[in-house]
Amino acid sequence: MSFAEREAMLLVLVTALACAVPGVLLVLRRLALIGDAIGHVLLFGVVGMYYLTGDLDSPWLVVGAVLSGVLTVALVELLEGTQLVRGDAAIGLVFPALFSVGTLVASMHFRDTHLDVDQVLLGHVEYASSAPMAHLFGVPIGRRPTVALATLGLVNVGLAALFFKELKLTTFDAALAATLGFLPALVHYGLMTVVSLTAVAAFDSVGPVLVVAFLVLPALTARLLSDRLHVVFVLSLVAAAVGAVLGVRAAFFFHTNTAGMVAVTLGVLYGVTLLVAPKRGLIAAEWQRFRRRRTFAETVLTIHLAEHEDTPAEPDESAFSGLHRHLDWQPADVTGVVRRAERHGLVTRTGDALRLTPEGRRHAREAFAHLPG
Amino acid sequence: MEPLFDLLGDPALRPTLLATAVLGALSGGVGAFAVVRRQSLQGDVVSHAALPGVACAFWLGGRSEVVLILGAAVSGWLALALVGGLVRRNLAPFDAALAAMLATFFGLGIVLMGGLQRAYPGTNAVRLQQYLFGAEAATVRMADLAPLVLLGGPALLVLVAFWKEFKLLSFDPDFAASLGFPVRRLDWLLTAVVVVAVVLGLQTVGVVLMSALIVAPAAAARQWTDRLGPLVVLAMTLGAASGVAGTLLSHTLSERGRAVPTGPTIVLTITAVALASLAFAPRRGLLAAAVRRHRQRRRFLLKAGAP
Repeated sequence: MSFAEREAMLLVLVTALACAVPGVLLVLRRLALIGDAIGHVLLFGVVGMYYLTGDLDSPWLVVGAVLSGVLTVALVELLEGTQLVRGDAAIGLVFPALFSVGTLVASMHFRDTHLDVDQVLLGHVEYASSAPMAHLFGVPIGRRPTVALATLGLVNVGLAALFFKELKLTTFDAALAATLGFLPALVHYGLMTVVSLTAVAAFDSVGPVLVVAFLVLPALTARLLSDRLHVVFVLSLVAAAVGAVLGVRAAFFFHTNTAGMVAVTLGVLYGVTLLVAPKRGLIAAEWQRFRRRRTFAETVLTIHLAEHEDTPAEPDESAFSGLHRHLDWQPADVTGVVRRAERHGLVTRTGDALRLTPEGRRHAREAFAHLPG
Repeated sequence: MEPLFDLLGDPALRPTLLATAVLGALSGGVGAFAVVRRQSLQGDVVSHAALPGVACAFWLGGRSEVVLILGAAVSGWLALALVGGLVRRNLAPFDAALAAMLATFFGLGIVLMGGLQRAYPGTNAVRLQQYLFGAEAATVRMADLAPLVLLGGPALLVLVAFWKEFKLLSFDPDFAASLGFPVRRLDWLLTAVVVVAVVLGLQTVGVVLMSALIVAPAAAARQWTDRLGPLVVLAMTLGAASGVAGTLLSHTLSERGRAVPTGPTIVLTITAVALASLAFAPRRGLLAAAVRRHRQRRRFLLKAGAP
């Protein structure tokens, strides 16, 4: 692994980890698209503050970006509050407008300054190795953006752990949280500030659009694997780490844009999880449906036999060769169903005649009792 | 500043004006359905998800505008189809599914564009920037109008031809299904119309701002009427008018050597129209509501016999 790749990987890794924690809350609180909007309006904050301060390295740029994120949330909620437009339309009205102001001011006032479009929109992880070093007590501890994002990641994890109870309650039952005096609005704006901060920090390395991938995809992946909040947090961190490492490797292997490749990798990771997740995955769901269909056929068979047990019609109704007619099944399916029912000890077969075992009779009675109506 | 009428007749500006007017009308009409169906952010997703399609079409040898647009449409539509699948199978909430597909497809687009730029040096740097931020006024040529007419016309025709079906689908999909309409296929068709409108706009106003062109005219028009027909017509009108006004504004703000892109000015124009509608529309508007509340309070106080 080259020096440049190692530095890039470190940066992407801490970015992904820092995003993974607030991402879970965005997904659970149905705020994923707010994350997208925040990513877009950061440009507005940066440009606005640059317009005011005239200094591209001013820390106010960061403050402006964070504030613009929070402003977006506030404006969206203000519009929604009028009840004249719905949430999705409110988002769609606010962020393009702020983004437009940002691009307009940028194109009118600092055409000649260095505001490279590709870099602003796509980030520049590739240059991680040329970033200045950060020092702690005079000791170099890492590249400056990497250290910043690592710190932010730790803060995010710390906040999530510290306010776990509050976050959980306000996320899943805001009304109850409010009656208990938990101030959901405070938690909400706190979370939004954290998301804005994280997006601003990640903005430099991965750009505003791909931040969304870092926020949403690990959380969605984790969500497929667990229903417990603390487990989802941990799994989201794991998914973020795996995606970051594999993505950066792939990007350097194919010599392509790193942030884009990591986003794709996170997407692929999500897709694979969709397929193979043990309970909610597509394969598991298909398998369960298949199993359920098979057990249902056995149940129908036992009910059918029980229905005609000890009636004059029994010899005809319980004859193996006539089952497909009575139950309207494909003849080919009958053999399998009967064989499995035999193996499960529900019926016995002598010649062409089928008989319920006591176990089979009980099974039919129970299933019958549970039928609706 | 030149007088407006001179600008309208300016031959250099005419293609841009025509393009933004047609585009505003198209996205306004389509957006009315998207907003009514609470899928306003479809446009946002499609415009981002179109990027890998553009790259693939280019890679497969497509050089004409129409082929690139078709590539964009296919990948935008695919992203929305995947969102639909995820939501239908209850695997992700709608908004998260949109965000996930948006980001993944955009990432893929960036990766493919990176490859393209290496394979064909110098072809795409400018195109990509235009794709993201929109064209500058007066860079649109008459020839660029062809895809708008060739693809936008049929899209509008579909909207008219399936008017009744789309109306039912938008307001009561369950009822539509119970009447035996092929709801899933109709949904795909309406989605395809949205996708076409969005990808047509990408070159002119750019990725981010295209989503505004879907949402804002419809959100503005919605304040003035409760009926779908007038809503669509009004949204188209407002979209077209904002397109023209925004283009003129961008041209007016531009100076020699410092051109202002059309996208932001169009978006700000249409956003202003939407905000004004929210404030001043009769009955639904905020001002009307405040007046009504004030009157009610007065009437109530009079009845209660308070001073």
